[in-house]
Amino acid sequence: MTTPIEHIDIAQTLQSMAEDIRISLGGKQPLLIGIHSGGVWVAKALAEILGADFFDSTLGTLNIAYYRDDFTRIGMHPQVTPSDLPFAVDDRQLLLVDDVLHSGRTVRAALNEIFDYGRPAAVTLAVLIERDGRELPIQPDIVGQTIELTQNQQIKLINNPGLELELKDHEGPA
Amino acid sequence: MTHHQLTENGQLKHFLTIEGLKRDLLTEIMDRAEQFSSISVRQVKKVPLLRGKTIMNLFFENSTRTRTTFELAAKRLSADVMNLNINTSATSKGESLLDTLHNLQAMHTDMFVVRHSQSGAAEFIAQHVAPHVSVINAGDGCHAHPTQAMLDMFTIRRHKQYFPDLRVAIVGDILHSRVARSQIQALSTLGVGEIRVIGPKTLLPANSQTLGVHVYHDMAAGLQDVDVIITLRLQFERMQGALLPSANEYFASYGLTEDKLKLAKPDAIVMHPGPINRGVEIASTVADGPQSVILEQVTHGIAVRMAVMSMALGSRSEQQETSA
Repeated sequence: MTTPIEHIDIAQTLQSMAEDIRISLGGKQPLLIGIHSGGVWVAKALAEILGADFFDSTLGTLNIAYYRDDFTRIGMHPQVTPSDLPFAVDDRQLLLVDDVLHSGRTVRAALNEIFDYGRPAAVTLAVLIERDGRELPIQPDIVGQTIELTQNQQIKLINNPGLELELKDHEGPA
Repeated sequence: MTHHQLTENGQLKHFLTIEGLKRDLLTEIMDRAEQFSSISVRQVKKVPLLRGKTIMNLFFENSTRTRTTFELAAKRLSADVMNLNINTSATSKGESLLDTLHNLQAMHTDMFVVRHSQSGAAEFIAQHVAPHVSVINAGDGCHAHPTQAMLDMFTIRRHKQYFPDLRVAIVGDILHSRVARSQIQALSTLGVGEIRVIGPKTLLPANSQTLGVHVYHDMAAGLQDVDVIITLRLQFERMQGALLPSANEYFASYGLTEDKLKLAKPDAIVMHPGPINRGVEIASTVADGPQSVILEQVTHGIAVRMAVMSMALGSRSEQQETSA
């Protein structure tokens, strides 16, 4: 089922994601990791709904700028907030959160970075928006909304300061 | 004339000298170094940013610290790095510098890190490499040592934050020091309040005043109320003739001792680019004392070189929107 973007209620979507997370990870003392920057916002919102005790540590943040596969094509990102994982990932259940799952390349990079910190027991992927256009065999475990867009459309989470979705058309290949 | 070290859109292509670079770019180097410094304290001290890039360290002149930190910086970015000590290599068999260079370039090198005893060597190499190759100056003669200057600026910023409020004294052999030249350019670009150079007349350049610095021949006067003291190594290997009576006399007048350090601000930091000559330009008690940040400078050298290398190799094309 796909939902038209203008009908997406973000607060409600986050609530239902939180419920799914409670069912699948409750009792596993998961550690929460958000991918900069949209994933961090979503992770914070989920942590707020699930309560202070649900996760075993404060939020970890990943910035995958140094793990991207397009450095040679597009160079350095203008500003990079360093990754910060305030816990050891070894043998732990991780919940990795991003705003939009599109090509799957960001998640690939995030997994590579996580494994440079250690060897987690399991990684569960939660995304607010799952869209079409996967280029890698990466699928989410917990999904807020599934949408279909044309190749030239891009959906982006903005913090304004409330979370909002923004749909953009751009010319030519991404 | 300085070879153009920036791309058309103002990004770093080569890093040959601080001269002519804008404050924003120097700040960007420090900001990126700040971001990279977190990698060196992780369990896996490595990110794949420059994976598949080949970097050659061309050292025509000896170095331990600089070569090692360039090598570590490249390795922490996952580049393949080769160290070539050219003195013992082909040029001693009569091959010209350009022939050596073209051979190394034929091995599909992406970056040369160059140290040479001749001023202008790195720039000469930058003029002769293929368009996709970047050149980083790791010290050329008495001319420039821009990555050293930037790691010094980074170290100052870690301790002092706001450059315009600072009074910085550089002590010693300014005349032969490529480090001092690059430092003075960086300090003035960053808007430091007052830059002082302190040393005997024979070790200060004749045109010191024109560099925009205040010149002191007396340590006591020059150190009064400074926030940062940078001591320099006496470069005996570059001195011709009798510029100094003796190392002992030099220490008596210009060596940084605890007593002289007391003239500076109580929270002044003491820096030295290394290698230090204990008892010549600095007393051991000061070099190892609580105000010394000399070993921090070494640590910061890695992050600053990671920043410069990634900026130069990542400056190929326009920034684009990236996909999720």
